[in-house]
Order: sequence, then structure tokens, then C-alpha cells
Amino acid sequence: MTKQVAYVRKEILGPKPPPNAQDRLIGWLRENLFYSIPSSISTLLTVVVLGWLLLGLFNWLSVSTWAAESLNDCRSIIAELNRGPDESGACWGVIRDRGIQLTFGFYPSEGYWRPILAFTLLLPALAPILFADKTPRRMILFSALYPFLMPWLLWGGTIWVPLGVMAGFAVLYYSFRFTASLNNLVRYAISLAVTLAWWMFGVPVFDSVLSALAPIGLAPVESRMFGGFMLSLTIGVVAIGASLPLGILLALGRQSDLILIKALCVGFIEFIRGVPLITLLFVASTLLNIFLPPGTEFDIIMRVMIMVTLFASAYMAEVIRGGLAALPRGQYEAADALGLDYWKAQRMIIMPQALKISIPGIVSIFIAMFKDTTLVSVIGLLDPLGLTTAIRANQEWAGIVWELYGFIALMFVVVTYSMSRYSMYLERKLYHEH
Amino acid sequence: MTTPVAPPRRRFRLSQLIYDTRYRSYTIQVFALLMFLVFVLSLVNNTLQNLANAGKDLDFDFLFSTAGYEINQKLIYYGADSTHLRAAIVGLLNTLLVAFLGCILATIIGTLVGVLRLSKNWLISKLMGLYVEMFRNVPVLLWILLIMAVLTELLPSPREFRGEDATASMILNDTTAITNRGVYVPMPQFSRGVDQAVDHSLDLNLNAVLILFVLAASIYISHQIKLRADRIQRKTGLRPTIWYWQFGIIVLPLLILLYALGFHLGYPELKGFNFDGGLRFRNSMVALWLALSLYTAAFIGEIVRGGIMAISKGQSEAAEALGLRPARIMRLVILPQAMRVIIPPVISQYLSLTKNTSLAIAVGYMDITGTLGGITMNQTGRELESVLLLMLVYTIISLLVSAGMNLYNARVALVER
Repeated sequence: MTKQVAYVRKEILGPKPPPNAQDRLIGWLRENLFYSIPSSISTLLTVVVLGWLLLGLFNWLSVSTWAAESLNDCRSIIAELNRGPDESGACWGVIRDRGIQLTFGFYPSEGYWRPILAFTLLLPALAPILFADKTPRRMILFSALYPFLMPWLLWGGTIWVPLGVMAGFAVLYYSFRFTASLNNLVRYAISLAVTLAWWMFGVPVFDSVLSALAPIGLAPVESRMFGGFMLSLTIGVVAIGASLPLGILLALGRQSDLILIKALCVGFIEFIRGVPLITLLFVASTLLNIFLPPGTEFDIIMRVMIMVTLFASAYMAEVIRGGLAALPRGQYEAADALGLDYWKAQRMIIMPQALKISIPGIVSIFIAMFKDTTLVSVIGLLDPLGLTTAIRANQEWAGIVWELYGFIALMFVVVTYSMSRYSMYLERKLYHEH
Repeated sequence: MTTPVAPPRRRFRLSQLIYDTRYRSYTIQVFALLMFLVFVLSLVNNTLQNLANAGKDLDFDFLFSTAGYEINQKLIYYGADSTHLRAAIVGLLNTLLVAFLGCILATIIGTLVGVLRLSKNWLISKLMGLYVEMFRNVPVLLWILLIMAVLTELLPSPREFRGEDATASMILNDTTAITNRGVYVPMPQFSRGVDQAVDHSLDLNLNAVLILFVLAASIYISHQIKLRADRIQRKTGLRPTIWYWQFGIIVLPLLILLYALGFHLGYPELKGFNFDGGLRFRNSMVALWLALSLYTAAFIGEIVRGGIMAISKGQSEAAEALGLRPARIMRLVILPQAMRVIIPPVISQYLSLTKNTSLAIAVGYMDITGTLGGITMNQTGRELESVLLLMLVYTIISLLVSAGMNLYNARVALVER
């Protein structure tokens, strides 16, 4: 007997629209902006204040001109453009007028391609380090080349000096190979001595001979011509690049069992961290020449780079020490159990993990260092902020505030924000769920 | 069957100093010490030789000669006959003043930003995120110069306060004037005040000392009252109402003292081309103070947010289960634990704020870098001595702060079983 079914639905019903409260937009608003009376009030207040600010900003930006040659000029152009007498507008003329100076300082204009090329090549040089898994391994060779390329491009001079310095590493390698029959310690000593001798006495000869034969080189540029963002980037890149290895060594020294080495490292780190960067820059500008053997003359940018690097390395050491301390004890013991010696254990077991833990700290030091390069304006170098003082003291642009500082702030935000984004990317990439 | 035999005792050979791990560490350390000594000796040697070549010597006597330059803000007496040492102390006090004010404002703003960034309100939390990113990603020197430029260029000059059709006016019931020459606020004055100390070498404002002393004494007594209430509560379970006692003990003696001293406010008045009377905060100080506070607040905000997020949800749920009310949960359960996480990094932010006050030199605020490391150094040509002293002062400050922090850490450290 077949069972009689009164009604059987043949097709599936479509989903009903969600109730109003959980509607996409309204639900989101209720959930996030108007979930209680105080929250509604504060939301509305914020919207009013924010709207007022944004409206002012929009009005200011909408009545802007790039054409003016001076602030008064700009004011009159804006008064013509303006709908009302009170409204002000943005005078971007200062950026058009002084933008080149803010970027390159007093670098000779026919050589602008050199810093541009140098900092463009920085990207492929960093790529194998920053995105190791996405770039061919061969590119690391270019990264190794870059530290010689950059100073040559920026400061100019003959190409034979950087080539001679590079050849020093070949000298090191071959003198180490040729002395293979000797005792290890003697080998190290001999090859180091030969290399140092090459750098100190061989390179000048190498340079003068080859320059006479083939004078290949760029027009030399003095350091005092450097300025603007180019100066900030130069100091920042050098300090960042040099402080990481130095910081690692200091951190290892601080963690070391050798009491004397530990004491020296702790003393250095705590002293540097205790004083403001400005005092170290004073040392660079007035004292470093007193500390060096009589007769040695360093140029000021080189001295500043040395001090900024020392400053950064102390902070770097503390961050890396944090990473080392966070590593479980078992990792050290496992490395010992495998019979690795100190440097092998550091290189293959400890450092890769410790550096990974310290990435956020390292990047925030990079950011802080890049921001701190502005302090060189205090000792009279013409970085962007040093230039603003000159621009604002000039009759044409006296009284300009927002456009100038806003532009500089924007440039810094672009660099530092991309650094912090990169750090977040790296943290995500290196994160393992255990 | 083999029996373990002692390894043959070998004579100590020189190569063991390098290859034997038992001795190698000594070799390395002795080598490092030698290198360090050579480094220091050559440094000292170079310095002495260079100084001799320049016809100078290492001499701190310049500190006791007359400085003779003007300092625009001084908390203690400093006149035409004062020495460079006194100029340095005046500068140090200015450093400490702006650092102290900066720490207070940075803490207030930073806490607010950190708490609001955790707010459920999407708009407000995003706005606070924007604040943090904006201040963290731009150099602090730029903020100082920008605020200084805004203060000097965009604020009305004292002239604009004058006449019938004045374009600017004083605020807060005509007591405060914000001009491009500084902010003028009412100044506390005492008509029957205790006589000022005559000796300028230690001129304390006795009125202020008296007020501080009375305030400290009343706070101490009020704390004793609270302790007594705690004892009674522990014994009987009933807490006596004491808030009016505490309030009275703190407020009444202060009011009586202020009346006895003839306390009144001196208001700033427009005289000639400038404001007169009242307390003047120079633009350089306001710019430095605001910029350092806003900048440091961004970092403190992140620390506070991290500290609150570090407390697990179970803590507040457990406190709720005990029947505590939200305010008490915050005060008795969350905050004491969050503080343990928050305070050490906040103190290092205070330290970096203090060190950043050395940027004062960029806006002409006369802190110790401006006096000792600026004018004194240029006037006397004693670069080595000045910079060494400057570093010494900052090192002492930071050592004191880290000693304080270590004390605190030891006090709040979790007692683990």
C-alpha cells in the first residue's frame, strides 16, 4: 500500500534575507559604532570633529598653487583663486622651488643620476636579503658588490680604489690557500697581515698605476655637497648596514662566559645607551679628530656615520640579546650535544632563531635610526630639516610652515611605514605554529 | 677486559693555550685586555698630543670663570657675574623641568591613546591607530620644529590684542594670553609671603617649600588614617567612612596656609608692545614640551595597549565571578598585573624623552646641551671638557633611572614557587 503524502516540495527554498539588525551595513554600524548610548555620543562627536578637520584640509588643498616663486607671490595667487577672503590655500611653490635641494642638497646637478642610480640599485641589492625565497640565489653576489659600488657612485673618484679594496678579499683568500701547509694560527696571522698590507700600501700603488694607464672614474664630489634626503638615506643605509653585524658581535660578547669581554661589551653598550645621540654627534664634529693620531683628517660625514653606527649598534645589541635570552636553553644544549663549536653553533642553530625572534625590535631600531639621521642638522649638516631652517630664513619663503614640513614628514612616513610593513610580513612568514 | 687507566699526564705545552678549551678562554681574554689597553693608551696619547699641538690642556677651571651670557629661562638665580658651572646647573634644571612636564603629559595622553585604541568603537580605535602611526613614523625633531614654527608664525602677536578692534583676545575669562611670543598664564603671588632667601647661591622659594612641606605632611597623615581604617576593617570587617577626614586633612591646612601667606594671582596685562605680569612660558619650551609629549605618548600608548592585552581574559572573568564591580576589577585585578608589564618599558620611554630634551638646542631652549654644550663650549673653546661633562651628566641621569627601575622590578617581581 502506498503511503499518501499530502504535499512534497520539489525544489529547495532560497535563503531569506537576514533580519534588519544583522544587515551588512546597519548591523556593522550597530556592532561597531552605536552599541551603547555613550558610544553613539562619542562616535557622533568624533565624526563632527573629524569632518570639520577634513573639510578644512580639503578647502586648503583645493585652493593650492604650484606656480608661485615666493610666499607673497603665492598669497596673491591664492587670493585671486579664492572664493572668500578668509580662505587660505596650499603654496606648493616651495616644493617646486626647493624640492631638488631638499632631495640632493648641493650635489652637482650633472651628477644627480649617481645618487638616483645608487639608491635604485639598493633595491636589487637588498632583494636577496629581504625576499630570500623569491629571488635567484645568484643575486647575492650583487649584494656583496653593492657596499663597494655605493660609495664609488656617491663620492666618485677612480674606479680602481674600490676594485683594489675588493681585490683585498681575493688576496685574503689566496694567501690563506697558499699557506695550507702551515699551522692554522700562523695561516690566519699571515693572510691577515698580507691583506692589511695590501690595503694600506698596495691599493694606493695599484690605484696610481692603473689610473695612469686607464683613467676610468667619476668626478669626485666632496661630502659637504651632500644634503637633503640623499644625506639622510646615505647615513641611514650605512648605519643600518654596519650596525647589525656590530650589534650581533656586541650581543654575543654580552652573553659571553669570558668575564673581561662581557665587561667591555656591557660598558660600551650601557655608556652609549645612556647618552643622547646629540652628544655623540658633538664628539663627531669636535672631538673625533682629537682622538685620532695627529694628522689624520676625516671628513665630517664619515665621522658622523661612525658615531651613528656605534650608537645604533648598542641598541641593536640589546634587541638581539633579548632574542638570545628568549631562546630555550635546550637549543644551546642541543647544539653542544651535536659537537658544534661556538661559532658553528651560533651560525647554524642560535643566530637564525634569535634573529627571527628579534625581527620586530631590529626593524624598529632601523626606523628609529632613519628618523634620528635628522639630528645631524644640529651640527650643521644640511639634511632636509637643516635645509628647512635655511629656507625659512630666506626672504622668499619666510613664514612657510605646513607645506614644507608636511612634505618632509610625508617622505619619512613613506620610508618608515614601508619598513614596518616589511617587518610585519617577515614576522608572518617566519612564524611557525609549534 | 680493559680497565680504565688514567690518561698519561703530559707536560703543558704552549699550543694548549690555543687548542685546549680549558686554557683558550684565558688566552682570548688576555689578548682582548691587551688590545683594549693599547686602544685606550693610544687614544689618551693621541688626545694629549693633539691638545698640545693646539696649545690647550685638559683643565676644568673654566667652570669657575664668569660666563657672562644671558639665559632666557632660569629657575634659580643667574646673573651677569655667575660662572659657567652655574650656567650648566641652570641648564640642567631646565632639562629636568621640561623632562618632568613632558613625562606627565606623555603619560596622560599615552594612557588615553592606549586605552582608547582597545575601544570597541571602530572609529575611535582606528583614529588612535592613526595617531600612533603618525607620530611614530615622523622624526621627533620635525615635530619640535613644526610646533615651534606653528607657534611663532600662526599665533597672534601681542600687538593684535590691542585697541578697540583687536583681532585676538585673551581666553579663560581674560586670564591667559596665547601669543606668538609665548603663553602667559596667571602667576601665583604672595602678599604676606615669607622673605626670600638673600643668599643667591641657594635661592629657594621659601613660600613654595612651605606649601610643599604642609602638603606632604597632610598626605602622610591622610595615609595614616587610611592604614587605620584598613586595620579596623581587618579586625571587625566593617570599614569606617573616612573620605571626609582625608579630604579635610589635605585641603584645610593648605587653604589656611595660602590665606596666611596672602595668596593671589597676578594676571598678565598688555603693556606697551608686550604682555607683562603673569607667568610666561616661552614658545621654545612649549614647542619642546608638546612635541616630546605627543611623540612619546604614541610609544606609551602602544605599551599600555600591550600591557592590557597581556592580561588574560580569565582574570577579569574570575574577578567577575567573585562579584566585584567593573571599576574594582580594573583597580584591584587588571591594573596591578598590567602595571607589572607596562611600567618597565614606560620608564625607558621616560629616559628616552629625557635624552631627547637635548634637541632643545634646535629651538633655542636653554637646556644643559644649550648652555654647557652650546654657548659655554663655543665661548671657552673647551670642547673635550664640555662634551665629557655633558656625557657624564646624561649618564648619571640614566644610571639613576635604571637603578630606580631595577628596584621597582625587584619589588613587583612575581614570587614564584
